[in-house]
Amino acid sequence: MKRTRNSVYQPVFIAGGDLPIPTLEILQADGHLYKGAEAPVLDKEMALKIYRAMVFTRILDERMVAAQRQGRLSFYLTCAGEEAAVVGTAAAFSNDDMLMGQYREQAALRFRGFSAKQFMDQLLSNCNDLGKGRQMPVHYGSRELNFMTISSPLATQIPQAAGYAYGQKLQGNKTCTLCYYGEGAASEGDFHAGMNMAAVLKCPVVFVCRNNGYAISTPTAEQFAGDGIASRGIGYGIRTIRVDGNDLLAVYAASVEARRLALEHSEPVLIEAMSYRLGAHSTSDDPSGYRSREEEDKWRQLDPIERLKKWLIRQQWWGEVEEKALLEEYRAEVLAELKAEEQLPAPALGQLIEDVYDQPPWHLQRQYDALVQHLRKYPEQYPATKGSY
Amino acid sequence: MATMNLLQAVNSALDNAMAANDRVLCLGEDVGTFGGVFRATSHLQEKYGRERCFNTPLTEQGIAGFAVGLAAQGSVPVAEIQFADYIFPAFDQIVNEAAKFRYRSGNQFNVAGLTFRSPYGGGIAGGLYHSQSPEAYFCHTPGLKVVVPSTPYQAKGLLLAAIEDPNPVLFFEPKRLYRAAVGEVPETAYTLPLGKAEVLQAGSDITLLAWGAQTEVTQKAAELAAGEGISCEVIDLRTLLPWDLESVVASVCKTGRLLVSHEAPRTGGFAGEIATAIQEACFLSLEAPISRVTGLDTPFPLAHEKEYLPDHLKIYEAIKASMDY
Repeated sequence: MKRTRNSVYQPVFIAGGDLPIPTLEILQADGHLYKGAEAPVLDKEMALKIYRAMVFTRILDERMVAAQRQGRLSFYLTCAGEEAAVVGTAAAFSNDDMLMGQYREQAALRFRGFSAKQFMDQLLSNCNDLGKGRQMPVHYGSRELNFMTISSPLATQIPQAAGYAYGQKLQGNKTCTLCYYGEGAASEGDFHAGMNMAAVLKCPVVFVCRNNGYAISTPTAEQFAGDGIASRGIGYGIRTIRVDGNDLLAVYAASVEARRLALEHSEPVLIEAMSYRLGAHSTSDDPSGYRSREEEDKWRQLDPIERLKKWLIRQQWWGEVEEKALLEEYRAEVLAELKAEEQLPAPALGQLIEDVYDQPPWHLQRQYDALVQHLRKYPEQYPATKGSY
Repeated sequence: MATMNLLQAVNSALDNAMAANDRVLCLGEDVGTFGGVFRATSHLQEKYGRERCFNTPLTEQGIAGFAVGLAAQGSVPVAEIQFADYIFPAFDQIVNEAAKFRYRSGNQFNVAGLTFRSPYGGGIAGGLYHSQSPEAYFCHTPGLKVVVPSTPYQAKGLLLAAIEDPNPVLFFEPKRLYRAAVGEVPETAYTLPLGKAEVLQAGSDITLLAWGAQTEVTQKAAELAAGEGISCEVIDLRTLLPWDLESVVASVCKTGRLLVSHEAPRTGGFAGEIATAIQEACFLSLEAPISRVTGLDTPFPLAHEKEYLPDHLKIYEAIKASMDY
């Protein structure tokens, strides 16, 4: 970015809020467009694909929280309230683009085609889990869908996404990387390192900050003092836009343009999607300790799914009959898959030492052999293997 | 063959690797036009372009994360951390990300092409923050390989092996020897196997084990001991993770004594791991307790660097103590 000299002869300070960052809004909560707003090019097929992914995710989330309460899952974490921010961005990208998430982006994975069965296999750590039962629930990953396996440490994916995108640029295959994180993670050092490197090294990566109001219990007012995350993007010399994250049309319009800019100019773009985490941080959290019911109810009125549904109905692409059928179909599918997949055994014990390296080295093989001898002695004490090695 | 110092051998390895595979990239602070503060990447940008050999902003965690992403994408990054003392901001990316990439994804993704190079060690009046030997921290991390060369020939062969290896490798270069160690090195590419120790000198009374710059110091002590009629077997471990237990066991079962020496502080140092594994495997062959000659459990000093370092005299005394046990 070219810096022009702009001399003054008295001390003049610029305050954090002096930079006016607008918010792109297209669709109102009642399903009408704002005056002067224009809907992005979005055909019926794509609009319904987006809507279905959002609805599926909401149902999956509801059912899985219930399953966790019943003791059928160890842990779960919902996307509720942020489905438009997640699907609206993902839908603007090609399936050949790498997607690196934080952990609350299951709606994007669904949009790319992850099946109910695949979700269950991961959540239940069974023998069909693509991650071989190694990570806690919601740490999805799919090579086939170019969805990078989720890692718990926050913001580590940000410099990685910059590097991944740099590699894509060198290969010249016209793909880019889509990288998500929350406004809390943006306090991590990796955020600053990654954003700066992406800008300096001109990496075709689109960063999506889901500003959902809370990092577990910490509200944004205790997370940062500046004007959100968007102001930081500008500081790093990154083209930046802020959107209403509950407005699917605004998110999608911004994302289509962001991908175009990233690829045409070979540079990063930042989208800050303003939204709200309707659910708890995870099933281990209880938000009643740090925020009010009134606040949650206010945001429930701005539900992104309901808003998109109203627009779809106005387009005459959707109706209550289709809605009812879809809800029933997804609820039945999720429950049936949960029942089926929880019958499956854990991955074979041998996988414990696989993939640490490309091949198990001598010392690991030796430790494994000693472990198997021990398990043979006390098979009843180790229920995941139950005597099968 | 050409006569090269250790730095030129590293440069030659990078040159060969970049010529052979256009996915190989060199990145780090000052590695571009300048060729690195030690000049390990000299002329690489001229030869291979700014896109393949480039400066990064001053952020070790960023360099590490960026390199992890590159490797996940299929590139073959060789990332330089300017001094091993500054690798700690990158610890999370190395230990939590690179090391676990393959495992946590069920082998759907990996960082096969990833190599970190970093100069380590003392003896250059570098004080606390230009002298450390942080290898043990990384040896505690499943998924990483940790390699430390001691000669120009090793440096080139092991670095090319590290770049080819389908796992993330940390390659610690003994900076005291960058220009001090000189030897014959082929100009063409070759590799030395990772995970294999090298017996530098056969002997029958005691096994001396070291790696990197400490190898030379240990050899010097062996010469002193030879003057007293003590026959030392000197082994250069070369790779610390995974390490060549078999070779060390064979040697100790023969000599009945083991001395391990490293510059890093003693407590939690890698000598502790070696000593434990050897007493498990060679308990009945041991004639004396396994001896450690290491740095002190202090930060790396400046004015008393010479006193701090585990030099040949300290090793020589420890050899005699072991013989007289």
